[in-house]
Amino acid sequence: MSVLIDKSTKILIQGFTGKMGTFHAEEMIKYGSKVVGGVTPGKGGSKHLNLPVFNTVKEAVETTGASASILFVPPAFAADSAMEAADAGIKTCVAIVDGIPSHDMIRIKRYMRRYSRVQKMTLIGPNCAGVISPGKAMLGIMPGHIYKEGKVGIIGRSGTLGYEAAQQMKNLGIGISTSVGIGGDPINGSSFKDILEKFEEDKETDAVLMIGEIGGPQEVAAGKFAKENMKKPVIAYIAGLTAPKGRVMGHAGAIVSAYGESAVEKVELLKECGVTISKNPSVMGETVKSILNKK
Amino acid sequence: MDIHEYQAKKILAGFGVAVPRGGIVYSPENAENKARELGGSKWVVKAQIHSGARGKAGGIIVCNSELEVAQATDKLLGKKLVTNQTGPEGKIVNRVYIEEATDIKKELYLGLVFDRSSESIMVVASTEGGMSVEEISKQKPETIIRSKIEVAVGMQQFQAREIAFGLGIEPKLISRMAEAITGCYRAFSELDATMVEVNPLVISNQEQILALDCKMSFDNNALFRRNQISELRDKTQENASEVYASDRGLNYVSLDGNIGNIINGAGLAMASMDMIKLAGGEPANFLDVGGGATPEKIVKAFKLISMDKKVKVILVNIFAGINRCDWVAEGIVQALQKIEIKVPLVIRLAGTNVEKGNQILKESKINYIEANTLEDAANKAVKALGK
Repeated sequence: MSVLIDKSTKILIQGFTGKMGTFHAEEMIKYGSKVVGGVTPGKGGSKHLNLPVFNTVKEAVETTGASASILFVPPAFAADSAMEAADAGIKTCVAIVDGIPSHDMIRIKRYMRRYSRVQKMTLIGPNCAGVISPGKAMLGIMPGHIYKEGKVGIIGRSGTLGYEAAQQMKNLGIGISTSVGIGGDPINGSSFKDILEKFEEDKETDAVLMIGEIGGPQEVAAGKFAKENMKKPVIAYIAGLTAPKGRVMGHAGAIVSAYGESAVEKVELLKECGVTISKNPSVMGETVKSILNKK
Repeated sequence: MDIHEYQAKKILAGFGVAVPRGGIVYSPENAENKARELGGSKWVVKAQIHSGARGKAGGIIVCNSELEVAQATDKLLGKKLVTNQTGPEGKIVNRVYIEEATDIKKELYLGLVFDRSSESIMVVASTEGGMSVEEISKQKPETIIRSKIEVAVGMQQFQAREIAFGLGIEPKLISRMAEAITGCYRAFSELDATMVEVNPLVISNQEQILALDCKMSFDNNALFRRNQISELRDKTQENASEVYASDRGLNYVSLDGNIGNIINGAGLAMASMDMIKLAGGEPANFLDVGGGATPEKIVKAFKLISMDKKVKVILVNIFAGINRCDWVAEGIVQALQKIEIKVPLVIRLAGTNVEKGNQILKESKINYIEANTLEDAANKAVKALGK
C-alpha cells in the first residue's frame, strides 16, 4: 500500500494540452502512472499524447473512471478547476500552481464542505511538487528516480528540500512509501495533520518524516496529533532558523507572525510532543535511519 | 504589498468608514495651502512611510498655524524616518499627509487578519487603541475581543454588534460603530487584503467614529485582479535590491550577513541559510531562483548578488530535478562569462545528472570550490570567508 495514489490510480490532467500539462503528463506516464486522459475546455473530443481530451471533468470521470487529477492551470483559474474536480467526484487532486490568492483557497475549502467525509476530495497543494508513491505512481513534477521504494512517509511544504530528503534517504538505502508535498502557501488543501492521519492508517508506512518551515500553526498541530493518536514514530526538520520575523521567505506562507511560528519555537513545541528533530537539513536521512534502527 | 496611510483611508472612506478630512502634499507651500483649504485651527502633519510607530520616530507633528504646517512638512519631506519597524536604514518620506485635528474622546483598536488555523478572517478589537497589538496582548490581554468571520457568507450584523458592545460603546453609537467594523471587513474581503489595521479607531468629542490611522496589506497573488490596488505600490518604500529582484521574478530578502546565496526553492534556501548559521557564518540574503533554476534566472541572481557590497563569499546550491544538473551547470558557466565575481564561489549541485554537471563546471574556466552535501557547502563557504 501507500497513501493517496498507487499503481492502479487513474489520473486526469487538468490543463492537459498546455506546455506544462503536456511535459509533466509525459513524465508521469514514463514513470508508470496510469494517466487516462485530460481536460481542456473547448478541446473535448480530440486526442493529446494518444489520450482522450474532455471539455469537463465530469465527462472525463464518467468516461474514464478517473479518481485523481493534477492541475496545470494558471493561478487565476485554479480555484475554479479544483472545485470542478471536487464536484466531479475526483478523490485526490494535486494543485502544483504557485500564486493562487488566499481568498480563493478559502473559497475552495468552504465549497468542499458540502461533501460528506467519504465523498470529500483530498486537495494537495497548491504551490507544491505533488505526490509520489515510489515504484507505483507519480502525481507531481518531482524527479521520480531520486525516490526509492520503501516504508517511510514524507510530508513537506517545500519541493526541492523534499528532494534533498529523498536523496539523503536513498543514499542510506531507505525507501519511501509515499511522499506528499503539501505546498508553501498560507492556506493549503491538506495540512501536515491530514496526511499524518493517512500514514498512521497505512500498513506499509513505518515512520513519517515531516519537513516543515517557519510560519503558520500546522507543524505544531500535527505534533499534537502525533502525540495523542499515533503509534508510528514521527521525525521532523523545520527550516528557517535564520529567517527574520515578519518577512515572507519565498513561500507566501513562510512568515513568522505569532508565537509558535518561528523555527526555534516549532522545534521546542514538537519536541514536547515526542517528535524526533533532525537538527539540521544535512542529517534528515540519518535521523530517519536512527529511528528505524531503534524499532 | 503594503500601501500608505492616506491611500488606505481613501479605501476605507469608499466602504463607508468615516475618516478625518485631509490631503496629500509634496512641498511646504502645498502644505500651507492645504491647511488653509481644510480650515480650522489645528492640523496633524503625518509622514507617509510604510511603517507603524511613526509618532515615536517624530513622523507625526501637531500644528497650530498654517505656518507651522509648512515648517513641519519641510522638516519631514526627504527625511529618513527610523521606527522600530523599518530597521536601522529607515524609510524615506516623499509624501506628507495634512489632516484636520480630531478631539479624541476614546481610542480603540481594530484589526483584521487571516487566521491560518480556522482559515477564516479574524477580527481583533480592543479598548486600548493607540498601543500596538503586541503591546495590548502583553499588557492588557483581557481587553482583546476576537471574532472569526465565515468568509463564504461574510460578516453578519450581529457579529459587528457583538464586537461593538464588547468595546463598551454607548448604545446610541452602536449601530454606527457596527457600520464602521463592517466597512473594514468589506474592504478586507472585497479587495483581497491580508491585513487591515485601524489603530486608533476613535470616538471624537462630537461623537463621530473615525479611522484616525490605517494600515493595509494586500495579497501579492491577487494583484492580477486588483489593478486599482497595484497602482498604489510605492517602490521607494521597499528595499532597492528586493525591488530589483521582484521585478525579475526572483524571491529575495536582504539580510545582515556576508555569505551570499543562490538557491532553487524556498525551503532549500531556508535550509541552506540554516546550515550556514550552524557552520558559524551569517547569510547575506535569502534568494530563491525558483524550482526550475533556469539559466536566465541564474544570470539575474549572480547580477543581484554581485551588487551587494557586503557579500564576501557566494554559495550556490541547486537541487536539479526535471531540469538536469548538466543544464544548470551550463547556465552557471554562461552566467559567469557575463558577470565577473571577485569573491570566492562555492557550488554544490545535487540531483539528476550530478556527475555530468560537476564535470561541466570543472572543465569550464570558472574559479570555484566544489561541494558535495549541504553541510560540506556551508562549511566550505564559511572557511572561504577567512581567505
